[in-house]
Amino acid sequence: MAALPPYASPAQRTWHYTFRIICGLIFFFLIFPIMVIVPLSFNSLPFFTFTPEMLRLDPAGYSLINYKDFFTNPDWNNALRNSVTIAPVATLLATSIGTLAAIGLSQSHVPFRSAIMAILISPMIVPLIISAAGMYFFYSRIGLQGTYLGVVLAHAALGTPFVIITVTATLVGFDRSLTRAAASMGANPVTTFFKVQLPLIVPGVISGALFAFITSFDEVVVVLFLGSAGQKTLPWQMFTGLREQISPTILAVATLMVAISIALLTTLEFLRRRSERLRGLTPA
Amino acid sequence: MKIKSVVLAAVGLAFASSVSFADDMTIVSWGGAYSSSQNNAYHKPYMAKNPDVNIINDESSAEAVAKLRAMNEAGNVTWDVVDVVASDAIRLCDEGLAEVIDPTKDLAAAPDGTSAADDFGELLVSECFIPQIVYSTTFGYRTDKVGDTPPTDICAVFDLEKYPGKRSLEKRPINNMEWALLCDGVAKDKVYDVLGTDAGVKQALAKLGTIKDSVVWWSAGAETPQLLADGEVVMGSTYNGRLFALIEEQKQPVAMLWDAQVFDLDGWIIPKGLPADRLARAKDYIMFATDTQRLADQAKYISYGPARASSAPLVGKHEALGIEMAPHMPTDPNNAKNTFLYNYEFWADNRDDIDAKFQAWLGK
Amino acid sequence: MSDAGSNAPVLTNDGVPLKVSLQRALRREKLRAFLLIAPLLIFILITFVLPIADMLFRSVENGIVADTIPQTIKSLSDWDPSTGELPGEPTYAALHADLSVAVKSKTHTRLGSRLNYEISGASSLFRKTGRRIKKMDEGNYKEQFLKADKKWGDIAYWRVIRQFGARYTAGYFLNAVDAENTGDGVQFRPEDEQIYLFLFGRTMFLSVSITVSCLLLGYPIAFLLANIKVRTSNLLMILVLLPFWTSLLVRTSAWKVLLQQQGVINDFLVWTGLISDAGRLVMINNQTGTIIAMTHILLPFMILPLFSVMKTISPSYVRAAKSMGANDWTAFWRIYFPQSIPGIGAGAILVFILSIGFYITPELVGGTSGIFISNRIAYHISSSLNWGLAAALGVMLLAMVMVLFYVYDKIVGIDNVKLG
Repeated sequence: MAALPPYASPAQRTWHYTFRIICGLIFFFLIFPIMVIVPLSFNSLPFFTFTPEMLRLDPAGYSLINYKDFFTNPDWNNALRNSVTIAPVATLLATSIGTLAAIGLSQSHVPFRSAIMAILISPMIVPLIISAAGMYFFYSRIGLQGTYLGVVLAHAALGTPFVIITVTATLVGFDRSLTRAAASMGANPVTTFFKVQLPLIVPGVISGALFAFITSFDEVVVVLFLGSAGQKTLPWQMFTGLREQISPTILAVATLMVAISIALLTTLEFLRRRSERLRGLTPA
Repeated sequence: MKIKSVVLAAVGLAFASSVSFADDMTIVSWGGAYSSSQNNAYHKPYMAKNPDVNIINDESSAEAVAKLRAMNEAGNVTWDVVDVVASDAIRLCDEGLAEVIDPTKDLAAAPDGTSAADDFGELLVSECFIPQIVYSTTFGYRTDKVGDTPPTDICAVFDLEKYPGKRSLEKRPINNMEWALLCDGVAKDKVYDVLGTDAGVKQALAKLGTIKDSVVWWSAGAETPQLLADGEVVMGSTYNGRLFALIEEQKQPVAMLWDAQVFDLDGWIIPKGLPADRLARAKDYIMFATDTQRLADQAKYISYGPARASSAPLVGKHEALGIEMAPHMPTDPNNAKNTFLYNYEFWADNRDDIDAKFQAWLGK
Repeated sequence: MSDAGSNAPVLTNDGVPLKVSLQRALRREKLRAFLLIAPLLIFILITFVLPIADMLFRSVENGIVADTIPQTIKSLSDWDPSTGELPGEPTYAALHADLSVAVKSKTHTRLGSRLNYEISGASSLFRKTGRRIKKMDEGNYKEQFLKADKKWGDIAYWRVIRQFGARYTAGYFLNAVDAENTGDGVQFRPEDEQIYLFLFGRTMFLSVSITVSCLLLGYPIAFLLANIKVRTSNLLMILVLLPFWTSLLVRTSAWKVLLQQQGVINDFLVWTGLISDAGRLVMINNQTGTIIAMTHILLPFMILPLFSVMKTISPSYVRAAKSMGANDWTAFWRIYFPQSIPGIGAGAILVFILSIGFYITPELVGGTSGIFISNRIAYHISSSLNWGLAAALGVMLLAMVMVLFYVYDKIVGIDNVKLG
C-alpha cells in the first residue's frame, strides 16, 4: 500500500488512486461537518447557512455577534459555569477511585475478576436512557435529584469505565519485577505505589481523566433527567437551543467546544507518545 | 495525602452548594419569551418589594407532572411555585400533588372589590389552579404563499389543492384529532362524542391521513415559527403568542388564522409538601403575581389574554413595539368568532388509548 | 536438601511451612486487590446498578391497586367474571369503604390513572366517584355507585380491577409487546394500536443500517491507516479521533445545519443547478437524517477496533500469496480479509450496542420515522407518566444490549476494549 511499485499495471495504478480518493472522501465526511460550523459561527445574520456576503468573503458578512451573545447571555453563562463546576469534580472522583480499582484488577489473583469487570464497565454499555431513568427515580427518592451532588455522582459513575480501561491498558505493559524490587528493598506498599507504580501509569491516569472529563462535559441525557435549573450544563442548553429556541449562538458554542476537543486530543496524543517512550515501546 | 484532602474539600463544596439558601424561591415555568414576560411583570417587582427573596427560574414546566410525582415519592419537594397548563393542574390536584387554594383567602380581590372567585369566574377549573393567561393553539400562514385568497377557515389546513405545501402540526393527537373531525363534517358539539368511539378515532386519523405526507410534526412551540420563517411550511399550528412575536416583532410575512382556535389556560400551582415557611412565601408570591394589575402587565410583553375579567380593560400597549395589545389577544371578539373548547375530562380518560393509536398511525 | 527421602515440609526461614506461607501471601494479595477494587465497586453498585435494578422492578410492581382498594380486591376474589354478572352488593360496600379512605389521601385518582392504562375511562370513573363518595348514604351501595357513574355497571371495569388486583403484574410487559390479557387469554392488541414491536423492529433495522454503513466507510480507512507509514497514519488518525472527541451535540447540530432544506447541502446543490429551488431534498427529520448523523457519530467506534486488529496482520502472508500467483483481489479476499474478521466483529458489535440505545440524535434529527425505542421510553417517563411501561420497555432493551455485550466479551474480551 505504501507506495506504488514501479512495475504496477495500469489497473493497479487506477485502483491505487481510486482507493485513495475513496478514503479522502470518507475523511472529508468525518471532518467536514465539524469544520463547517466554524465559519458559520461568524455569520453576522441569524441564519444557519452561508450568506452571499460570506461566500464573497465580504467582511460585512462576518461578525462576532454569536460569540458576544454567548459571553453576555445569562443562560449561556450559567450553563458554562455549571459545566465547569460539575465536570472537574466528577473527573476527580472517577479518576481517583477508578485508578485504585484498575490497580487492584491488574493483580494476578482477583476472585470473580470477570464478573467485577462486567459490573464496572456497565455504565459505558447500558443505554443512557435506561441509566438516566434509573438514576432519576432512585436519586429522587434519596433527595439527590436536582442537586449538584447528584449530577456529580452520576457523571462520575459514567466516567469510571474509561478510567479503568485506560489505566488497565498502561498496566498491561507494566513490569511487575519493579514493584517486587522495591518491596525487596524494604519499601512498604504505599511507598512502592507512589514512588514506582504511579509515575509509570501517570499517562494512563491522565488520559483516563480526560475521558472522564469529556464524558461529563458532553453528557446530556442523564443531566436532562437528573438536574434542575441549577445544574443546567452547556450540552443541556444546546439541546434546548436546538429543539426550542433555535438560535445561532449554538454555532459559536459548538466552535468553542471543538477547540476544547482539539486541545484535549493534542494532550492525549502527547501523553500516548510519552508513555510509549517511557515503557520502551518505541513507535516503529 | 493531598488527594484525599482535595476530594474531601470537593465533596464538602458539593454539599455546601446543594443546600439552597433560605430565601431562594424556585419558580418553574416554560422558558423563552414566556418566562421573560413573567420575569418582567411578576418576578422583578416582587423581588423589588421583597429584597430578601431571590427567585430562581427553572424551565421544567414540560416535565412538571413527572418531576413533581418523583419529588412527592421522595418526600423532597424542591420547587416553590410551578407554572402548568390547566390539564396538568387538574391531574396534579387529583393526585394530591398540589395545594388546594382558597380564592377568597389566598387571592387578591379586584380593585373594584369583586371577589377573586368572581373575577376569575369559570376559569378556576381546579381547586388547586390559579389561572394566569388564556392562550390558544391556532394557525399561522405565509401570506406570500397562499395566492390571492388567504385562508379564513380551519379546513384550509386539509385543502392541499388550494393551499399546496407543507403544514406543521403538533406531534400529539390533542387538537389535531378535533380539527380533523370538524373538517370531516362532524358538528362542533358532537366532536368528543364521535372521538370517544373507535370509528371516530379511525375517521379522524383517516382525515389526517389525507395530508400526512405534507405534515412536519413539531414537539416544541418554537418550531412552527422557525419553519414559517424559513419558508419550510405554508401554515402551521402553534401557540398564538409565538405567532405574535413572529409577525409583529420579527416582521415576517405571516398572518393569523384564528378560525377554530383551541382555548386553553395556563397558570400556577403550589406543590404539596412544602414546609410552612416556604408555603407561606409561595402563597404571598401568588397573591401578588395574580392580582389585577400584574396580570394586565404581563400582556405588555406577550400576547396572551389575562385570566381576570378586571385585567382586560387595563391591557395597554406592547412595552417595546408600542402597539395596542388588545386586538392581538385570542379572546378579542374579532379573533374569537369561532373557537373550540378543549375537553379536559375527555382527554384525561382517552389520552393513553388514543395516543397509542396516534403514535402507531404516525410510525407507519 | 541432601536427605532425598525426607518428607518434612519445606520451611521458610521463620519456620513456617512454605506452602502455608505462600497461601497466606496469596490470601493477602487477594485481599489487597479486593480492597483496592472495593471503593469503586461499592460506588458503582450504589450510584448505578442499584438505581437501574430499582427502576426495572417497576415493570412488574403493581401494589397500587391492592394498597388502595384492599377490601374490594378481597371481595372480588370469589367473583367470577365469566358468569357475565356484576359483583354483588358486598363488593360495592367494600369499594365504598376503600374509596372513603382513599379519597382523604387522594390516592383514588392515582389508581384511576393506573387502571386507565388498561382500560380507557378508568381515570374519570375514579375521579367522578371520588367526588360523590362523601355524599353517599349508608346501604344500597350498588345503586348509588351506578348512579354516580354508569360505568360501575360495566363488567369490563370490574374485570380489569380484579385482574390487576395482584401485587405483581405481567401487564406492562404484555403491553410492551403489543399484547393484552382481556380475560380470555393473552392476545395481540388490535392492529391500529400495535407500536412497540414495530418500534423495536425499526430500532434494529436502523441500527443494522448504521452498523453496515459504518463498516463500509470504516474498513477502507482502517485498511489505509494500518498499511501506510506510521508517521502518516498518526497524522491521519487525528482526523478520526477529532470527531470521536467532539461533543455529540456539536456533531448533531452540525448535521442539522447541513441537512436542512434551507441548509448548506441543499443550498450548494441549488447553486450548482443539480436540483431546483423547489426540489430541495428532504434529508432531515426522517430515517435518512438519523442514519447519516449516527453513522458519522459512530464511525470512529468502528475504525479504532478494526485498525488495532489490522495492525497485527503481518504483510508477509499477502506477499506470499502474491508470490504464488494470486492477484491483488484474491490475495486480499482470501488472505487479508479473513484475518481482519475479528476486528469487524468487535467494531460491528460495539457500534450496534451503542446505536440501539441512542436517544439524543434521533430525537433531534429523526422526525417521526427515524426515532428509536429509547425515544418512546423517554416519552413514557416524562410525558405519559406510564413508568411501568417505560420500565418494561427498558428491560427489553437492556436484555438485548446484555446479550450483545456477552457476545462481545466472548469474541473480544472486555479487557481488550481500546480507546484512542
